[in-house]
Amino acid sequence: MNLLTEAITWIADNPGQFNRALGQHLLMSISAIVIALSIGLPLAIIIIRSRLMATLAVNSVNALRTLPSLAILAIMMPILGIGLWPSIVALTILALPPILINAYIGLRDVDPDAVEAATGMGMSERQILRKIRIPLAAPAMFAGLRTASVQVLAGATLAPFIGGGGLGDFIAVGIAGMNQSRLLVGAVPIAILALGTEFLLGQTERVLFGERRAA
Amino acid sequence: MTWAHKNIGVILEAAGQHLLLSFLSVIIGCAIALVLGIISARRQKLYVLFLTLAGIIFVIPSLALFAFLIPVMGLGMKPALTGLSSYCLLILLRNVVTGLRNVPADVLDAADGMGFSRWQRLTKIELPLALPLIVSGIRIALVTVIGIATVAAFIDAGGLGSIILAGIDQSYPEKVIVGGVLTALIAVFFDLSMTWMEKRLSREKQA
Repeated sequence: MNLLTEAITWIADNPGQFNRALGQHLLMSISAIVIALSIGLPLAIIIIRSRLMATLAVNSVNALRTLPSLAILAIMMPILGIGLWPSIVALTILALPPILINAYIGLRDVDPDAVEAATGMGMSERQILRKIRIPLAAPAMFAGLRTASVQVLAGATLAPFIGGGGLGDFIAVGIAGMNQSRLLVGAVPIAILALGTEFLLGQTERVLFGERRAA
Repeated sequence: MTWAHKNIGVILEAAGQHLLLSFLSVIIGCAIALVLGIISARRQKLYVLFLTLAGIIFVIPSLALFAFLIPVMGLGMKPALTGLSSYCLLILLRNVVTGLRNVPADVLDAADGMGFSRWQRLTKIELPLALPLIVSGIRIALVTVIGIATVAAFIDAGGLGSIILAGIDQSYPEKVIVGGVLTALIAVFFDLSMTWMEKRLSREKQA
């Protein structure tokens, strides 16, 4: 508890430094999620039309998924240098697989009866996509967003090692100098942020789509 | 690939450490999950409590979890093993309990009717029937831990993450690629080989 008090005191004494790290952390995580959504969702809609494209996209994204997040971040440095952008690109790559695959499976596994009924009612392909497939796939898409958010927040803690800043910086400094209270300056907000996000998204999911079917 | 060629020894040693770290974590996690799962499989409230705790640990980013453990355990293998085995708990507990719950009630009745003790019923009927799901939990846990274990290099636990870190520090992309791709290959190898095992187990179960 003593360490925690020390950590809180440090934050109170250095609000500028703390807020800057928190800002960077949020900025890179949110940017990555937004970019990944704006790539992943349209891509999912494109690939459900062709079995070949779908296999190709799903497999390459799955291969990407096996790479450890640390390696994805690290490899950005020689390509893009240091700073916030390389981290954002790396985090986008981390967020893309769950978003794309969930959206794709959601769109693909829409009840065929519903699609058939819509066709029978004279809806065009486009209308079926907009009025049937996307609304019915929305819960799966949201689940993808939830998984991606947790992964991106975890990945963002590793950003300081490639000069990307964020709350992980305090942990890096804490480990380097064996400064235990500084470790907590990073770790406590990071944990609260991750748990809070997961909880909020879980509640939102419940409000929007009702109780989740037992996984 | 000149560095990799000259340093096969270093790479193999790191890969060995990585495997040791991952396997030990999953074994420890599995032992804990089995105990918790057996206790809570038929006690819904307790199960929800365990699941919530394991879920909280699972959501905390690995580097932050390690940071919490350093003041208590210092650096090295101890906090790394503790952190990584805690990560497995959610996946393993869920699969152990689902596996135990899937055992049909009439099978349990039959076992009771044959005069099996609680322990005999557990070890001879319930656990063997739950085995395919437990193995599938072990596979997912192992693949997850192999990836996260790279982060353990930050707290001096070694493994392939230390090669990636060296690559970052020295601006040496080859090291990053070797460490990253090797980690991915190891994960894929265990994913495929354990999927094969699962298939064999469920086939035997049906036969």
